[in-house]
Amino acid sequence: MNALELDQVWKFYGDFPALRQISFELPEGVCLALLGRNGAGKTTLLRILSGLMRPGRGSVRVLGADPRDTMARARIGVLGHGLALYDELSALENLTLFARLYALKDPRGAAGQWLERVGLAASASSLVREFSRGMRQRLAVARAFLHEPELLLLDEPFTALDDRAVTTLQDLLRDAVRQGRTVVLSTHQLREALELATHVALLVRGRLAYYGTRTNEMLEDPAWLYRRYGEAA
Amino acid sequence: MREKTLIAFCTVAAILLAYNLYVMLLVLPDEVSQGPIFRIIFFHVPSAWTAFLGFLAAAVASVLYLVRKDLRYDAFAVAVTEVGLAFAAVTLVTGMIWARIIWGIWWTWDPRLTSMLVCWLLYAGYLMLRHAVEEPTQRARIAAVFSIFASVDVPIVFFSIRWWRTQHPQPVVWGGGSMDPAYWNTLFLNWIPLLLLGAAMAGIRLRQERRQRELEALRRMAHAL
Amino acid sequence: MKAAGTQAETAPRTTARAQPGFLGGAVAIAAKDLRSELRTKEALNASLAFSVVILLLFSFAFDPTAEETRALAGGLLWLVFAFAGALILNRSFARELPNDCLDALIAAPISAPALYLGKAVANWLLLMAVELVSLVVFGIFYNAPWTRRFWPLVGVIALGTWALTVVGTLFSALTVNLRLRELMLPLLVYPVLIPALLAAVQLSGPLALGEPLASDMMVWLRLLAGVDLIFTALALTLAETALVG
Repeated sequence: MNALELDQVWKFYGDFPALRQISFELPEGVCLALLGRNGAGKTTLLRILSGLMRPGRGSVRVLGADPRDTMARARIGVLGHGLALYDELSALENLTLFARLYALKDPRGAAGQWLERVGLAASASSLVREFSRGMRQRLAVARAFLHEPELLLLDEPFTALDDRAVTTLQDLLRDAVRQGRTVVLSTHQLREALELATHVALLVRGRLAYYGTRTNEMLEDPAWLYRRYGEAA
Repeated sequence: MREKTLIAFCTVAAILLAYNLYVMLLVLPDEVSQGPIFRIIFFHVPSAWTAFLGFLAAAVASVLYLVRKDLRYDAFAVAVTEVGLAFAAVTLVTGMIWARIIWGIWWTWDPRLTSMLVCWLLYAGYLMLRHAVEEPTQRARIAAVFSIFASVDVPIVFFSIRWWRTQHPQPVVWGGGSMDPAYWNTLFLNWIPLLLLGAAMAGIRLRQERRQRELEALRRMAHAL
Repeated sequence: MKAAGTQAETAPRTTARAQPGFLGGAVAIAAKDLRSELRTKEALNASLAFSVVILLLFSFAFDPTAEETRALAGGLLWLVFAFAGALILNRSFARELPNDCLDALIAAPISAPALYLGKAVANWLLLMAVELVSLVVFGIFYNAPWTRRFWPLVGVIALGTWALTVVGTLFSALTVNLRLRELMLPLLVYPVLIPALLAAVQLSGPLALGEPLASDMMVWLRLLAGVDLIFTALALTLAETALVG
């Protein structure tokens, strides 16, 4: 089964096409780097894959099902810009809520375990409002991985991370892929993403300008892809 | 709607209106108890009918938009809602003029007039909601949901206000009783020009919506370049 | 942050995943909303303060001891409930905006109707709390023996509040991303609710003054119950459309 199957997907804002004729298949157990300028359609595509929006035309299958299908959503982990944390709740309460929504057998237990894994066990009952940026990020990652998702959708996850945090996240994602999970991440940070990626997709003004495996060429010269297929990054 | 059709509608409407006015003012006798102002009913009642037709069409268009996701249904919904709103205003104003002349008061809490006022508020809210959303697809979706709620509410409003007034009777705007059959003809005959005018106005609005969509799309494309 | 390398290195295939039932999801959301609100108390305090101020203002406008004013009791109560309620209803989906929490909820495997229902129930409970306190204040200011018909009055208020909540919560979802949301929500909700408010006012009037309801008032009760049913069904049907673009 493919992790993603898109066929002639279009998305309109009024009469303006934000996504045009996007078609590709992504097998399971790989890491796709979704590249493109601002406004190229990366966030729109990710939102459709996460089930936050419906495509205007065309079909989208995520893990073999419609993205809005609840069984599919149970197997997908999402990490967006905003981190999706409730400031007025504690770290444990945040994770327990999502553990419940994802129907984990022991919500509090699972939440507690993940707090340990990301090193936030000591701050379990502190309100997220008091957390530093780095702590929030760790908690957000815990939330995304909490339900052992088969597919991870990450929108610019490396933004505003320091070097150590970047490396740690890269390790986590590399392990995820090794475990057979599929990762899709959109980013401006070419180097970090291309180091992880097995596949690359480049969006230029809503169209899929390039889709294929990541080559060593790309790793050595990250800007090559933009020069060859699109405008300068 | 093509320009020729619009002009045709308006011309026919103008001719019919002229004829009806002639009949109303010079041919028909005054009504026994109400005097000359009675003639306002020939605009008051058909305006109400046209308004309801507009609101019903908007409800259908809203449902169709949610099912088909074609923005033309949304354009139709806003066009007929605006027309309905205009005719609802005419209904209210003519009703108020009538009440002022017959009963000496501007507003009588007559159940039909009051219900029409609530409808007017509902659909004015619809237009206000549209103004607050910039992105056309989002605007169409949000407006359609609200329009469905408003339409379901309309019959409930009429029933509840009528029961309210039955419990506390007040002067009613026009007898509500039987009307001489001679008047029925002119009443229906005057509905036709109003419908034609309404259709023409909706047609103009539809064209405006289409041009607006094109402009929007071009603007976005220009930004993207 | 420890890497997840200690996990089994095999693929996570077809883990038998449970799905939160409709009620399970709704309860989790309702509990979260209540916990959030009770911790910050922003909307609750504003709502309570607002209702007391309105009751006070009305006592200046309409002499609370006069017999005629007592006849206005039903309308007065529901004006207070409707205005104070708008503050709570507005927060309903707006509280999900910071940090993009709403996206995480919509992406989670909870159906949109369940998400909507959880929030509606939380709103209803919060509103009922504010209304009961307002009732006490009202009883004091207006010397109204509302405890005489306590259960019928609470029943009517519960039904009327549910109508307010059902429509208000859905419109809160609809307008969540719009500027001028605080202004827009009351202007949209109140006209739609006129039949329900009318019924609630007619029923609450006598009950708040300790008097029984005449038999011809039962139509209002049926209307209120009918409106509750119709709008609840409509809202549940349209919840997905309202939340997902």
